[in-house]
Amino acid sequence: MEKAKKNQWEPKIIAFLCNWCSYAGADLAGVSRYQYPPSIRIVRVPCSGRVSANMILDALRSGADGVLVSGCHPGDCHYISGNLYARRRFALLERFLEFIGIEPGRVNFSWVSASEGEQFAKVAQEVTERVRRLGPARKLVKEIDSCPA
Amino acid sequence: MIRPEDKGLKGKEQMSRPKGSVLVVGGGIAGVQAALDLADSGFYVHLVERSSAIGGSMSQLDKTFPTNDCSACILSPKLVEAGRHLNINLMTLSQVLGVEGEPGNFRVRVRKNPRYVDPEKCIACGTCAQKCPKKVPSEFDLGLGTRKAIYLRYPQAVPLKYAIDADACIYIKKPGRCGFCQKVCPTGAINFEDRPEEITLEVGSVILALGFRPFDPSGLDFTGYGTLKNVVTSMEFERLLSPSGPCMGHMERPSDKKEPEKIAWLQCVGSRDVNRACHGYCSSVCCMYAIKQAVIAREHSESGRLSSSIFFMDMRTHGKGFEAYYERAKREGIDFHRARVHTILPAPNENLRLRYSGEDGEIKEEEFDLVVLSVGLETDPEVMKLCHSLDVELDHDNFVSTSPFTPVATSRPGIFVCGTLAEPKDIPQSVMEASAAACGAGSILHESRWTETRKKEFPPEKNVYAEPPRIGVFVCSCGINIASVVDVEEVTQYARTLPGVVFAQNNLFTCSQDTINQMVETIKKEGLNRVVVASCTPRTHEALFQETLREAGINKFLFEMANIRDQDSWVHQKWPDAATRKAKDLVRMAVAKVRGDEPLPYNHVSVTKRALVIGGGVAGMVSALSLADQGFPVCLVERKDSLGGHARKFYRTWQGRPMQDYLEELVRRVETHPEIDVQLGATIEHVEGSVGQFRTRLSNGFEVEHGVAIVAVGAESFKPRSGPWNYLYGKNPNVHTLLELDQRFIRDDEALKGLSQAVFIHCVGSRVPERPYCSRVCCTHAIDQALKLKELNPEMDIFMLYRDIRTYGKREYIYQEAREKGIVFIRYDLDNLPRVNEQDGNIVVDVIDPIIDREVRLHPDLLVLASAVRPRDDVGELSKLFKCTMTEEGFLLEAHMKLRPVDFATDGVYLAGLCHYPKPVEETISQAQAAASRASLVLSRDAVPAESVTAVVNVMKCTGCAVCTQVCAYHAVTIDKNSGKAVVDTGLCKGCGACVAGCRSDAITIKNLGNEQIMAAVEAAMEE
Repeated sequence: MEKAKKNQWEPKIIAFLCNWCSYAGADLAGVSRYQYPPSIRIVRVPCSGRVSANMILDALRSGADGVLVSGCHPGDCHYISGNLYARRRFALLERFLEFIGIEPGRVNFSWVSASEGEQFAKVAQEVTERVRRLGPARKLVKEIDSCPA
Repeated sequence: MIRPEDKGLKGKEQMSRPKGSVLVVGGGIAGVQAALDLADSGFYVHLVERSSAIGGSMSQLDKTFPTNDCSACILSPKLVEAGRHLNINLMTLSQVLGVEGEPGNFRVRVRKNPRYVDPEKCIACGTCAQKCPKKVPSEFDLGLGTRKAIYLRYPQAVPLKYAIDADACIYIKKPGRCGFCQKVCPTGAINFEDRPEEITLEVGSVILALGFRPFDPSGLDFTGYGTLKNVVTSMEFERLLSPSGPCMGHMERPSDKKEPEKIAWLQCVGSRDVNRACHGYCSSVCCMYAIKQAVIAREHSESGRLSSSIFFMDMRTHGKGFEAYYERAKREGIDFHRARVHTILPAPNENLRLRYSGEDGEIKEEEFDLVVLSVGLETDPEVMKLCHSLDVELDHDNFVSTSPFTPVATSRPGIFVCGTLAEPKDIPQSVMEASAAACGAGSILHESRWTETRKKEFPPEKNVYAEPPRIGVFVCSCGINIASVVDVEEVTQYARTLPGVVFAQNNLFTCSQDTINQMVETIKKEGLNRVVVASCTPRTHEALFQETLREAGINKFLFEMANIRDQDSWVHQKWPDAATRKAKDLVRMAVAKVRGDEPLPYNHVSVTKRALVIGGGVAGMVSALSLADQGFPVCLVERKDSLGGHARKFYRTWQGRPMQDYLEELVRRVETHPEIDVQLGATIEHVEGSVGQFRTRLSNGFEVEHGVAIVAVGAESFKPRSGPWNYLYGKNPNVHTLLELDQRFIRDDEALKGLSQAVFIHCVGSRVPERPYCSRVCCTHAIDQALKLKELNPEMDIFMLYRDIRTYGKREYIYQEAREKGIVFIRYDLDNLPRVNEQDGNIVVDVIDPIIDREVRLHPDLLVLASAVRPRDDVGELSKLFKCTMTEEGFLLEAHMKLRPVDFATDGVYLAGLCHYPKPVEETISQAQAAASRASLVLSRDAVPAESVTAVVNVMKCTGCAVCTQVCAYHAVTIDKNSGKAVVDTGLCKGCGACVAGCRSDAITIKNLGNEQIMAAVEAAMEE
């Protein structure tokens, strides 16, 4: 385990997925056995509109190397318009993140529908690669002990 | 602990009562909708489906028009609901053999064919199919892909149980030869000894929802279908587009798996074609699905170079939102050719050369990579046989015969029909009819409501408030599905170390009935007050485990799942160590979350058993009668001084049935019905409350308390008194709208017989920039009027100036009749409008005939304008009162364009008739019956469940900024006038959390989904 860590660092990414589309898409990836790296930790939320900027920032502060927010495609929202609020909120947050020095690509947004199992696996793969290239996120993490064990 | 609900019936009374159950035949979207409506309003339903899973044709579609919704996404929840429903007996692989008896008391013989897999034991792990050596073409993918002899019809099948295809199975053909599936099945579910079984059901009424089959173009040799590989049908193309289809959504053409760059769609293959011995009717849906496929194919095109062409005769985009979809497709560069292709020839590289004559008569040729045949809809011969044996009359096209005034009743009393079995139609129309059929089937049985249904009883719940968390974790191996990748023993050990966890256990199959029973005992014995199950996905299993908690006397909201199969072991098969670490993380996250969970109330709202129906036209009256006939009191409000609405001006239906006779009878029944209170000359002033408990004040001061409301306020006919569509209307006495001519028919105006020439102009004020939608009814109405004029005077010359003739479905026959009778059709477009002038008081019409490419001058003594149906101006105010939304055009907007066509997003409010969209009377009636059916879901209950996971406001933090009121799509949050703080109406709240994310003061939260709780899970994910 320790060895694996040294050889290839595996990022930890929090994925907020809406219950009705993206979470179902992630399930379908499983049913269809599409493989993707084991870096994603999925948090099920009712709607991508439930995800606030605070939650994304908090996730980074708790040590997540990346964040993915994924909802229904525009027009498909189970709650009529929640995913559109999410999109708007994310557009604003993106600029704020840039302003505070969080690298682009750490926080990601996507639409994945319940029938897009392969698409979910692809998103998970891409986000992992992107975050892996950026390395561990340390901007929002206070470290008492600066030398890793 | 399931018991039939006891209504205390005494012997004799019970004998005369009708049965309280219904048979629904066909498990497509129409059958499923009818079954759900009935089962939710007090009837027990037997749902019989021929194949191994419900879902029907809709489950094969990739996307649906006009919203481009993913078909599986919107369909699956309904199927899962039907599959789990306590009052739906799902009988797959079953066929109806015969129905005897009369309405209220039918006996139905059903044959259940063997599945060879015990559905109680099958966990759908798929090991059997992996090992099965026999591959056969998949019927779900129309032979474009393969499946095994043991198979799931499709990945999201309901029930999610494998079945063995006896015709393909090696073992069944020669016992002893194979049997791999039996050897590898971890639960011993394979049963080769399964045999067909015949059973008899007793039901009160029957609904036929057997759907259609796509027309098979093999017999049309000009298409080359069957010999040219790259000619496919539209249904095959749906599968090529589908992400779960044979090429995983990478659009590939069959011959060489190359992505096509040039695709042609050929419309009306097998429809509107009497010459080639196909079908004379229009299949209604093909124009729209071809546009949809052309649009979606572009999205799928990885090269981005796809060019799409649609070859059509008339573009029939007559539904809600369809015309805008068509216009958008044109803007986005889809090519539309008004031409009928007569030959498809092979070209080099397996391409196809299309030869067609354009509108100018010139023969053209063009080469394409792929040709899609937009095939029509027809009735399956097996279904025809069944209908014959049930004594249900079919029309000459083999659709079930219905009448315009009873659109879902068949020729045999007590048997109803819905969906494409009665006429080709789209999904929303099918869903509407399904609800209407449920209304009909339920009406004749209403006294037996709740007599055969079952209800689950639970023990009282333990109060856990004062207790510290005592969490139990159940880790599932799912046979080897999880255990072969994740070290479940290590995960179980680890779970025991987590704070609050007092019990952890590993199970082979957590969802098996014996483990469930054992779990109930464990919860009681260990005194658990919170539970985590680490297994598969909550989307399919949460409800089951939550029910288990309730059986053990624990509130069902004290539960979380860790998805360590679908989102872990199945997707990280190559990384067992990392998958185990991830499983631990997921369990830790679930434990962190469940620690903060609170018991939530199972909210209910008691129901005032009265309906308010707004609008006294046909839609309103039919809704009111449909409810009143079931014993529900109705208050019917009409703003004018008499009932009848628009139908008063309407002469006859296109089938030739006189409207006024029907209307008179309808008004008489409404006025004399003891359960209907008619309020004339009144409008709605004020509405408060929500589903179950509305209180409405009318303009006449009358106040009514009601549980539901149906909005059926109708529409208006556009009168072009001025502007570009005027055409001398209001200036020359011989210029009429359609309804004005109808009134002359109604009063038998002798003068009409003396006319020598009549001209009709179509699309007056429809499909124009200020009113960009199609008014749906006018083509049929105008052609029927032209035929009526021909009846009055066969010598009369009649000219129809049209843009596209949209006589969809069986209406196509009156278009054919009109042409046979010598009525002349001249097409115009927006760049070349007909010009209408007056010379010495006579009307002169000039129009360019594109066929002869010349201007034609007409001298009619009657000019009829097929003018638009427009929304009423005051609909906006009414929609605000009931918190409903409107389309841009001003029609009322339903909750979901496809699957909830008569519901509003606001619960307990429904819509019917022209206020929804222009529609003919038969569709208005079925929509009105559908609205009544949906309303009876509420009215048949003493209380309706309300969402438990709802928003709550912390008034100490709330600043009254009202952001939450703006982001709430359900208008559930308002600012209290006195306190200036936000207030949540839990009856309206759906628990989506948009308000929580929007709140700048952290003052509003969702129960059990608060920021702290979600973040507890996130932080737990980061601990190691």
